[in-house]
Order: sequence, then structure tokens, then C-alpha cells
Amino acid sequence: MTDLLNAIVLLSNFLIIPGLSYGSQLALGALGVTLVYGVLRFSNFGHGETMSFGAMVTILTTWGLQSIGVSIHPLPTALIAIPVGIIVTIFFTLLIDQTVYKYHRTRKANPVTFLIVSIGVMFFMGGLIRFIIGPGDQIFFDGTRFILKAKEFKELTGLDEGLSLKMTQGVTIITAIIIVAGLFWFLNHTRTGKSMRAYSDNENLALLSGINPRKVVLVTWILVATLATIAGTLYGLDKSFKPFVYMQLLLPIFASAIVGGVGNPVGAIVGGYVIAFSELIMTFAYKKVVLYLAPEGTTVDSLIQLLGTNYKIAVSFIILVIVLIIRPTGIFQGKTL
Amino acid sequence: MTGGYGAADILHDCTIGVEKGQIAVVVGPNGAGKSTAMKAVFGMLPLRSGQVIFNGEDVTQLKPEDRVLRGMSFVPQNQNVFTSMSVEENLEMGAFIRTDDITDSLNQVYDLFPVLKEKRKQPAGQLSGGQRQQVAVGRALMTQPKVLMLDEPTAGVSPIVMDELFDRIIEIARMGVAILMVEQNAKQALEIADKGFVLVQGHNKFTNSGKALLANQEVRRAFLGG
Ligand SMILES: Nc1ncnc2c1ncn2[C@@H]1O[C@H](COP(=O)(O)OP(=O)(O)OP(=O)(O)O)[C@@H](O)[C@H]1O
Ligand SMILES: [Mg+2]
Repeated sequence: MTDLLNAIVLLSNFLIIPGLSYGSQLALGALGVTLVYGVLRFSNFGHGETMSFGAMVTILTTWGLQSIGVSIHPLPTALIAIPVGIIVTIFFTLLIDQTVYKYHRTRKANPVTFLIVSIGVMFFMGGLIRFIIGPGDQIFFDGTRFILKAKEFKELTGLDEGLSLKMTQGVTIITAIIIVAGLFWFLNHTRTGKSMRAYSDNENLALLSGINPRKVVLVTWILVATLATIAGTLYGLDKSFKPFVYMQLLLPIFASAIVGGVGNPVGAIVGGYVIAFSELIMTFAYKKVVLYLAPEGTTVDSLIQLLGTNYKIAVSFIILVIVLIIRPTGIFQGKTL
Repeated sequence: MTGGYGAADILHDCTIGVEKGQIAVVVGPNGAGKSTAMKAVFGMLPLRSGQVIFNGEDVTQLKPEDRVLRGMSFVPQNQNVFTSMSVEENLEMGAFIRTDDITDSLNQVYDLFPVLKEKRKQPAGQLSGGQRQQVAVGRALMTQPKVLMLDEPTAGVSPIVMDELFDRIIEIARMGVAILMVEQNAKQALEIADKGFVLVQGHNKFTNSGKALLANQEVRRAFLGG
């Protein structure tokens, strides 16, 4: 019995909690990609850098707050810096839209043109970010490191395995729940949110109904910048901020959006968790779990790991390819919000 | 009106119109330019020459949204509902430009099409063809238009549903709304029409009252199957 409990705790500690936390970060990122795709109808490769930009502004603000002694201990100071990050990122995103995307929109450029333009935006933003904050690692986490420490858990339960919950994991999961609930409420219950869905569903008919496309585009970028800043900051808090990482994050984020059905917000969330858990399940070493569950005296030589952690990124790539072959529209049929 | 989508004109000096409380029907073979004429009236197509007059005002330069504000409403031939949105949301979107209370208009549409009230929470994409057309017409009515433009409202529905839809359209006209519609079922449509336009290759071939067109031998032979 204790063996079974130990196995469950072990899996929770190394698989379920990290999966929920990483999945939430991917889901928030994929929601941004999906909103752009659903409303502006292109795959925004600049999204990773938008996340990075938002996180960067949040970090700079956090440092500012820390230097004047502001703190919300035990929570990380970054949480009160996020609104500043969001506002600056919104302005920056709108500036990019007005100076770059608007030109192609008025010319009704095709989605491939937009995609290539967004790659240009990606490189530009990446360069700008490294110019401002440098290419190195930035740690901006403060506050209490753990909500629940493994040692405390062991003492509490008397089990051999410990369960720990990092502050960043707790903050990530709770923030993601709040943000997602807020986004869905906005899309389904407000006039502006419904007009966005209408525009995404049928642009022509939306125009005939008097829905202003400029306003829809504006609101979309505001939401995208907000989601990106939050996702980028949560990821940075959890893993430390490194500018180059966000470009690599694009693959799992796009995989999440596509697996769920690009353009579909529910799909983006489900896709985020599918990708996160797949990565962890494929690269987790099951040796200890097996030892707990197998009859006494069993010996296991290997780590029982399906793939080395170095191949993490390949997992999202493989899932992406499989989904594109078997069900190109994703789990939930994509295209409209 | 003269104009088209690109360099070539589709419409050649074509005239269509309707008076308050009346039903005008545009008929003609496939590709005659009926839908194009409707789009031109609604401002979705630049005109090379000619004009669109609404309520005595020249609206030729106005954008479609602004024409909606003046009291024009249009149900396109294809993709005329928001398929992923519920019936009620479709109707709400129809009333998007309004800032006042829309409950009365909503009830009016539900009275006209009771089945929509039953299905108001269902996505419009899951409805039958006839029900979808009702959503489309309902959406267009939500702005309380003075003129309602319908492009083949009975396309792809059964004869019984078609009769039902025609009855509703007559009812709408009785409420004082001018109706300008394109119809594939020329015979039935001309029967309820105060005025009829026969378009061929972007030209007005015949223009007369619905009755007179039905009685016209040439029209009968060429367009009504005898
Ligand atoms: N978006 C478009 N771009 C270019 N040409 C078009 C477009 N839509 C229609 N046409 C052309 O304009 C002509 C008239 O088409 P229109 O749709 O107005 O005909 P219609 O009378 O409505 O036919 P139907 O009975 O099939 O609905 C056709 O030759 C068609 O190929
Ligand atoms: Mg047509």
C-alpha cells in the first residue's frame, strides 16, 4: 500500500505537477497564436518574441520595484510588475501592427506573406530584446521558493517519496486558470468578444452587420499582448529568463495550437497540456516507479526511459507530424474562435 | 449601374429597385449578374457608373456599414450565418450597430420564426437549410431595416419550407419593409412580386409588374419553363 502511495507521489512530483505547470505556460502561449490565426488569419511566428518582450519589460520593472524596496513576500515581486509589462507590450505590439502588418492587411496580402513578415518581426524583436537586456540568463524570482517542501511532505505523511510544489508552479497554474476563465467569459459574454468571434467566423457577414474590423483587430492585439506577457513571465519565473529560449518555445507552442485545432481557444488549452504531458511522459525515467510497484526483490538495470531529455523538443515535433497526417484540423476542428 | 469585379463589367446599365412596403423580385439565368447587382446596391462592389438612391439620398459613395445605419440590410446568397455561433448570438450580431434595447426585435423575429426560439442556444451551423435561411433573414431584420435585400433566400430548401418562407417574406413586407430579392424559383416569386426584373448577362431584359411578367409569353418560354 505504501509502495503504491510512494509511486503515486513520485509521479505527481516529477510528472503531474510539472506537466500542469508547463502545460499552462504552453496553453497561454498557444491561445495567443490561436487568436491571431482566428482573427487575423496568419501564423504569427513573432509570438515567442512577444512573450519574451513582455517578460523582459516585466523583469526590468521588477528590478525597479526591488531597488526601491517594494515586495509582496511570499509572492514574487514580478506579479505586480506584470501589468506594466502588459501595457508596454500592448503599445509595442500595436506599433508593430500599425507599421508592419497594417500595410499588408490593407493590400489583402495572402497568409504566406504575413507568415514571412512575422518571421521578420521575430528576428527584429529578438535582436531588440537582446540589445536591451543582453543575451544571458536573468533570474528575477524572489519570494518564497516552495509552497510545499518535499521534506515537510515526508515528515507529514511518513512516506519515502516527497511531494513539493514550487511557488512558481502554484502561481502559474492559478494564474492560467484565472486568465483562461476571463478570456472565455470575454469571448462568450461580452459584445466586443462576440463580435470578435463573429469576425473570425465570417468576415464578410461581420462587415455587413456593421462590425468594425479595425476595432476587432485592435482588441485582438491587446489580448494577444496580454496573454503573451503573462505566458512569457510565468515561463521565465519558472525556468529563468533567457532570450533565446523563447524562439525554441515556438515549436511546442505551435504544436499545441495545431494539435488542439488552430483558431480554436479550447483546442489551444487542451493542446498545451497534451504537448506538455507527452514531452514529460516520453522523457520520464520510470525506474523508481517500477521498483515500487514490482514485487519485492525485483532488480531493474535500465532507467526505463523512452527518450532522453535531450529529445524533448522532438516529441512535440513528432506529435505535430502525426496530427497533421491523421487529423489535420486538430482535435477540435479549428479555424474559428 | 455599370460595374464588375475587375476590369470586365458584369453589369451593363442595369437598374433594379423597390418601393416601401412592396416586394421586388430579380430573376434570370445562372451567372446573369443577379448577385452582383445586389452587391452593387449594397456597396460591396465599386460602380464604374450609375448610382444608388436610398430614400431620395444618393448613397453611392457610402460603405456597406453606413448603408446598414441608413436602414438597408442584406442577406447574401452564400455563408449568410455565423455557423459557430448560436442562433441568438447570430441575431445579436445582426443588431450590432444598435445601442438601444433589442429585446423587442428579438421577440419579433422569434414570433415570425418560432422554430428559432426553440433552437436559440444551438450553433447555427447545426441547423437544417431552411432553418439557417430563417436565421439569416432574422439576423438581417434585427437592424429594423427599411429595405431588406435577400439573395436567393429559398436556395436549397424543400418546396414546403419555400412556401413557408415566402409567406414570412410577405408578412415582413406588410410590416412596411421594402423587399428586394433574387429568386431562382422565378414562378412562385413573381406571383408574390409587385415588381419583377429579368436580368440577362447584366442587362435589364424585362421590367414589369410580377403579374405582367408571368403573363408575358416570351418570359414564360425563356425563363419559366412554358
Ligand atoms: N467575386 C467575383 N469575382 C469575379 N467574378 C465574379 C465574382 N462573383 C461572380 N463573378 C462573375 O460574375 C458573373 C455574374 O455572377 P453572379 O454571381 O452575379 O450571377 P448570379 O446571377 O447571381 O448567378 P446565380 O444564379 O448562379 O447565383 C459570373 O460570370 C461570375 O463568374
Ligand atoms: Mg447569385
